[in-house]
Amino acid sequence: MAMRHSVVLDSRRCRGCTSCIKGCPTEAIRVRGRKATILPDRCIDCGQCIRICPHKAIKSVGDQLDILSQFQYCVALPEPALYGQFHNLDNIDIVLNALLKIGFHKVFEVAKAAEMISDYERQCICSGPPDVTPQISSSCPTVLRLIRMRFPKLLPHVACTILPMELAAILARREAVAETGLPPEQIGVFAIVPCSSKVTAARVSEGLQEPVLDGAFAIRDIYLRLLSPMKHLEHIEPMTSSGIMGLGWASCGGESSARLRERCVAVDGVSNVIRMLEEIEDGRLPEADFLELSACTQGCVGGCFAVENPYAAKMRIKSLMKGQPVSRNRFTLEGAEREIVRRDKELQYLPAFVLDQDLGAALNKQLRIQELESHLPGLHCGSCGAPSCHAFAEDVVLGRATVDDCIFKVRERMRSMAGKEEADDYLPPPFRRQQHETSRR
Amino acid sequence: METIKLVYPVEGGDLIEAGEASSKMKLTLKKLGLPQDVIRRASICMYEGEINMVIHADGGEAQVEVDSDQILIRMIDSGPGIPNVQQAMQEGFSTADSTARELGFGAGMGLPNMKRYSDEMTIDTVVGTGTTVTVKIKIPQ
Repeated sequence: MAMRHSVVLDSRRCRGCTSCIKGCPTEAIRVRGRKATILPDRCIDCGQCIRICPHKAIKSVGDQLDILSQFQYCVALPEPALYGQFHNLDNIDIVLNALLKIGFHKVFEVAKAAEMISDYERQCICSGPPDVTPQISSSCPTVLRLIRMRFPKLLPHVACTILPMELAAILARREAVAETGLPPEQIGVFAIVPCSSKVTAARVSEGLQEPVLDGAFAIRDIYLRLLSPMKHLEHIEPMTSSGIMGLGWASCGGESSARLRERCVAVDGVSNVIRMLEEIEDGRLPEADFLELSACTQGCVGGCFAVENPYAAKMRIKSLMKGQPVSRNRFTLEGAEREIVRRDKELQYLPAFVLDQDLGAALNKQLRIQELESHLPGLHCGSCGAPSCHAFAEDVVLGRATVDDCIFKVRERMRSMAGKEEADDYLPPPFRRQQHETSRR
Repeated sequence: METIKLVYPVEGGDLIEAGEASSKMKLTLKKLGLPQDVIRRASICMYEGEINMVIHADGGEAQVEVDSDQILIRMIDSGPGIPNVQQAMQEGFSTADSTARELGFGAGMGLPNMKRYSDEMTIDTVVGTGTTVTVKIKIPQ
């Protein structure tokens, strides 16, 4: 199935400045015709480019709230990171009650599903060690795509559970059907999410054959709509069913601490995650039982849809934990029903970086890439639109660019046409043998 | 047949940085679409070789050749050489100094691991001149 990314470019705002190309952890962006373009096979929806873009030209779009009108009955699934966005919030119920004022009929907290998943995982831990260690958390869709693309050897390490928002969606729809008697398709189930990758995951699930959500709204879009109803609630109905563990899932380390007895490593930030996956791939962390990996700084509170900075949001969620029970939800389903928490499809390797399916052809391409790269300046200036000289060499060999797209190669040719070996004028400043009067001024 | 050559310098004296060459090689091998198991074995061999060169020989050079039949890794150093290769191949035998051991290295598994994870291994060593460890990993057709 074609990937449907939620990261998109606003081409009116993009000036082709190349800021984004270097920040992309999978080298998925090229600048062409003064505009950034995303190579869809390589994008993992991490949102780095959204954070980096100085012109706010790269965005991620959640669904629009007006799709609620297409359903008879709508359930909101707020991710716990939402609770960390509000100043002086001392009661989660205020947020949940306010959600009922903006078009939702019911709320099912993702933190509740997260606690159920944690309980399920604890039951699995008690029933014996897993086939492979360390187990890797399956809760960040960006990390899942990254592993599928760059670390296929680690796929068997990925935990079998679906995303908390997916479990929440399945359970919320069941409850809504039971309560309203409506057919399941007339019930709309929508997550309120902190990041672009969860918007994508709501459309195309990593672990489920059929998506279980009807859409996902960005926290940022819901935030402003909630402020006014939160101030004007006449009555606050007690609704929350999340404990400390469920709320903890909002930031990196929360999922780990809910596993209790294991030796867990919690890593946040996409470049740290990549480094850790490389170490695990080499078997250099044999003592770890579980790896919690979040692509965003500090975990979900650092998502690109968050309003508040991740550190402040984390602090607020911590203070909301005060006085709450450790966990309020258990995973009590039995028999075949237990399967709903597990993926129903395998995580497949996505060979987005492989030069050619045929080894002989791949070797030939690699040879040409190395040859070309040895003649490139190694400045990684980005003028060609690629993030590095190596990426540019790859682009040329794979037919995505031509050698003359390198401004240094062009100048080199001009210099040889001028016939002057020492004609420094054709070289950009970093390569001039002598510093010119002009450049010193 | 196409053969690609990769060369990685291995800095001496820095155990913390050891492993960089194997990481870089792994990235290239992945792009070639080689089987996961082959990549894994090659990078273990390279990593062990790097550690050895850092501990015993103040660094050296890793040369890699890949064609469609095999990966050939040569770890070349101009260190002290290995006086008794048979002894060095025994699991648990190590001449690593206390600094390396304190860091958790020097368990005497380097060469045995390179042997275990490769299809062929040869050691050319001259005491006082240097050592070249060559491992071959076959690519299943």
